[in-house]
Amino acid sequence: MEDRVLIFEKSKPGRIAYSLPACDVPQKELDQLVPAEYLRDGTPDLPEVSEVDAVRHFVGLSRLNYGVDTGFYPLGSCTMKYNPKVNEDAASLKGFTSVHPYQPEDTVQGCLEIIYRLGEMLSEITGMEKFSMQPAAGAHGELTGLMIIKAYHKSKGDLKRRKILVPDSSHGTNPASASLAGFEVQHVKSDADGNVDMDALKAAAGDDVAGLMLTNPNTLGLFEKNIGEIASAIHDAGGLLYYDGANMNAILGISRPGDMGFDIVHLNLHKTFGTPHGGGGPGSGPIGVTRELVPFLPLPVVEFKDGKYCLDYDRPLSIGRIKSFYGNFLVLVKAYTYILSMGPEGLKKAAETAVINANYVMEKLKEYYVLPYQRTCMHEFVISAQKQKEEHGVTALDVAKRLMDYGFHPPTVYFPLIAKEALMIEPTETESKETLDKFIDAMINIAKEAASNPEIVKKSPHNTPIGRLDEIKAAREPVLRWERDK
Amino acid sequence: MEHTSPSRYISNTPGQGKTMLEEVGKKSVEEIFDDIPASVRLKEKLDIPGPMPEMELVRHMEVLAAKNVNTGEYACFLGAGAYDHYVPGIIKHMLGRGEFYTAYTPYQPEISQGTLQAIFEYQTMICELTGMDVSNASMYDGATAAAEAILLACNLKKKKKALVSRSIHPETREVIRTYAAYNDIEIMEVSFSEEGITDEKDLEGKFTNDFAALIVQSPNFFGSIEDMDNMGRITKARDALFIAVVDPVSLAILKPPAEYGADIAVGEGQSLGNSLSFGGPYLGFFAATRELARRMPGRIVGQTTDTSGNRGFVLTLQAREQHIRREKATSNICTNQALNALAATIHLVVMGRRGLRDVANLCIQKTHYAYETLLGTGKFAPAFQAPFFKEFTLCVKDGNLSVSEINRRLLEEKIIGGYELGKKYENLKNAWLVAVTEKRTKEEIDRLAETIRNM
Amino acid sequence: MIIKEGLKYSKEHEWVRVEDGEAYVGITDYAQNALGDVVFVELPEIGAGLNAGDSLGVVESVKAASDVYTPVAGTVIKVNQELTENPGKINESPYEAWIAVIKLSDPSQLDELMDEKEYKEFCSKEG
Repeated sequence: MEDRVLIFEKSKPGRIAYSLPACDVPQKELDQLVPAEYLRDGTPDLPEVSEVDAVRHFVGLSRLNYGVDTGFYPLGSCTMKYNPKVNEDAASLKGFTSVHPYQPEDTVQGCLEIIYRLGEMLSEITGMEKFSMQPAAGAHGELTGLMIIKAYHKSKGDLKRRKILVPDSSHGTNPASASLAGFEVQHVKSDADGNVDMDALKAAAGDDVAGLMLTNPNTLGLFEKNIGEIASAIHDAGGLLYYDGANMNAILGISRPGDMGFDIVHLNLHKTFGTPHGGGGPGSGPIGVTRELVPFLPLPVVEFKDGKYCLDYDRPLSIGRIKSFYGNFLVLVKAYTYILSMGPEGLKKAAETAVINANYVMEKLKEYYVLPYQRTCMHEFVISAQKQKEEHGVTALDVAKRLMDYGFHPPTVYFPLIAKEALMIEPTETESKETLDKFIDAMINIAKEAASNPEIVKKSPHNTPIGRLDEIKAAREPVLRWERDK
Repeated sequence: MEHTSPSRYISNTPGQGKTMLEEVGKKSVEEIFDDIPASVRLKEKLDIPGPMPEMELVRHMEVLAAKNVNTGEYACFLGAGAYDHYVPGIIKHMLGRGEFYTAYTPYQPEISQGTLQAIFEYQTMICELTGMDVSNASMYDGATAAAEAILLACNLKKKKKALVSRSIHPETREVIRTYAAYNDIEIMEVSFSEEGITDEKDLEGKFTNDFAALIVQSPNFFGSIEDMDNMGRITKARDALFIAVVDPVSLAILKPPAEYGADIAVGEGQSLGNSLSFGGPYLGFFAATRELARRMPGRIVGQTTDTSGNRGFVLTLQAREQHIRREKATSNICTNQALNALAATIHLVVMGRRGLRDVANLCIQKTHYAYETLLGTGKFAPAFQAPFFKEFTLCVKDGNLSVSEINRRLLEEKIIGGYELGKKYENLKNAWLVAVTEKRTKEEIDRLAETIRNM
Repeated sequence: MIIKEGLKYSKEHEWVRVEDGEAYVGITDYAQNALGDVVFVELPEIGAGLNAGDSLGVVESVKAASDVYTPVAGTVIKVNQELTENPGKINESPYEAWIAVIKLSDPSQLDELMDEKEYKEFCSKEG
């Protein structure tokens, strides 16, 4: 395995990869334009390579990566479904990429129409009144939603609601977002079935509670059966119900958060609506609200008036602006394209297939791994490497790493925190039975290896571009940039 | 239709679906959703359009795209935080590689070295441009990066007040206000002087010791280059952090934030290889001094070694982050803008040491030419005296013309005019903010001036 | 798991060693084991006045971050700078790797803490 070379180490003074036109206006010395004390001494030490160097470098890097286009990516809670290529084509049209956000409204009607119509579709899909496309990601949507909760209570003169409830199975972003919105966080435990513990919830739901954040199906891949009772408990206490849309893929066209009693919903377009994850972004986390909460949506809101789309800034109750411009627009284009290509039947079929696929894989694996919750799952499920750890010292992380040797991306590990040695598997609807069968075989083989040859699992991966990396060293002596040898 | 898959994106055939249902002991698809109470089951089909076959869909999207005016056909002199810079051709080819754009966050480093190494290179180049010690892997945009910088400062200094210059981008100030309001942080604004930069007197007067930070943008929203040395000095005389908002392209020729004592440097990275895209997705960069590394929001990549001693890269200092710290995390941010940061990385590599400086030089030369040429029309007066880089402010002095009228008539000539500052600043009613990137030609600038001269 | 004689223990798995009215506080072997390899220690400020139960700092591993709470009230008079350079010392010798020294304001609080026998029993119940 070769030591990968950084672009800086390929640099050679005098090489260039750019071409620029000659300056066609009269030039002056820089210090005649800007006072010398404002100018930089020398130039930033950027690499000097040719275009072919640059291309080979980044193509080389791409080959060290694993994407959905490479293979099966059963990463729980992340919905790594196939990212349709026509969506990419649509988002690269010049009429979308080369539009300035401050152009007059008359000249951006196509962009505004997409934002508006996507909002309408998402409202229908979730059963909400209106959507804002401003949030740049799921966590950003959470933050926005929590600000709305705070603004709503404040508008009622109710200032005592300082607490947000989150189940102990929730994503880490939930409590972190609540903190960032200035709330205190109270965790609510789960019951033996993996659902929110109703007694604990009712005990917690007092008049200091601003709201509950809930993922449904939850992070164990289980539907919160008591959703009606949960909604009543929170609403009776005067709180609002927030829907974390991370797992929306399970219920497209089957059930709607609005009908379950949720007041605010965020969606992850990069999970449910097929837009690519980009190696960690850009995502998009639009939020939808009930009629009562519409006045609090962030600025601006796209409206349709007198046959034209426009940006509405005149919203006195709005929480204000949470991002520059109008959200991650090109991601919206991709989601819009996706929904149109699927249609109502396609979305429903996607949810059904995702749920069947998950149950199928769960059924085949439960003999080999501990299944902490013996229930029909939704689009994902959690199994545990507890048995492998106790009997052979093979952990969930080891199983995950060994899967790479079999050519698969590992599942999410050690999440949710309430399951020991958790492996959270989400196959998505885009994968075929043949792919799932190969994955199942690999998982069963690893369970067998854990017993017969634990070392091969513990020392894995063996066939990846690089071996297991020393994260402790990275954190103890942080090296966060390349430095030229002095 | 029963015998083919319902969608090209769903691989199982109807037969396979049926077999799998049987294998899990379910008689029907409905039964597999038994946990969902009937009362919340959707009875009707969703009322949304589609499905559309690909050909029809492409046509539909082309029609929508054609409803917009685009900068490929119009000469764009509009900036105000988003700039029509040239995006080198290789960027789209590299970003189009599925291994990059269809990957998740690099939580499994053994099969994510591509993303991780690219971020490490990105961090290195952001440090190089800003002069700062450490950079994160990027934020949602420049505005949220600025807001998070203020939160960092307030947490560090255990103070609940921050000073914000009014010459910062209005939308950045609005985002700062929103984030601050929900954290009980008081924001006080500092006015700008007749020169078009932060008013030193107003600043000195307001800057008591209970402020956690001062944040100033340079070049600021009006295009003016601020006296950042002075801003740094004033801040250092107090127990506060100095946060600089900067344009990465300008840093090829302007003094880097580290040299004027910035503790944190943030900014909008769109100018580095990202198209205008009606405002997003862009990326915010966030760099700081070494002392602040463990307080930074967002992802950070670090270098380490594998079991055989090979160099490799991992996400590091993760104990700051939400998936570990939950409600005590430094921020709730989970994603970065990885693909946009990759575009910025490739852009900086392609431009390199000389190219970025050449771009900056073209910007500043053409901007000054445009400034002189527009003044030469007799329709404008300079709004401010401060030096500028790729954007400047003029006041319309012809009583028969207004900024909106100028822009309207320019549009008829396929020119996208500058930003109407009166929208955000009451005392700048007739002010027009004009941006000139390396893409604008002398011919376009002359045509701009000529069109206005004839108004 | 090592539990040292002569120390006082808290339910949050901190240990306290008292010398002349000054309390050395660190985290136990049980705690460091649960946390994994420590990569960073955030120390308190010298001079900080703390109540029992207040945060004394944070101990971070690669996968977790854990607040350290002072089991006794008082003023921080010394912090262990060595841990900044060598956080792994908490793993190697947890009972030597004190985090801070606190000048006790209420020595009677020590009586509310567990001795080694009680702590051993406490840990066995925690599983």
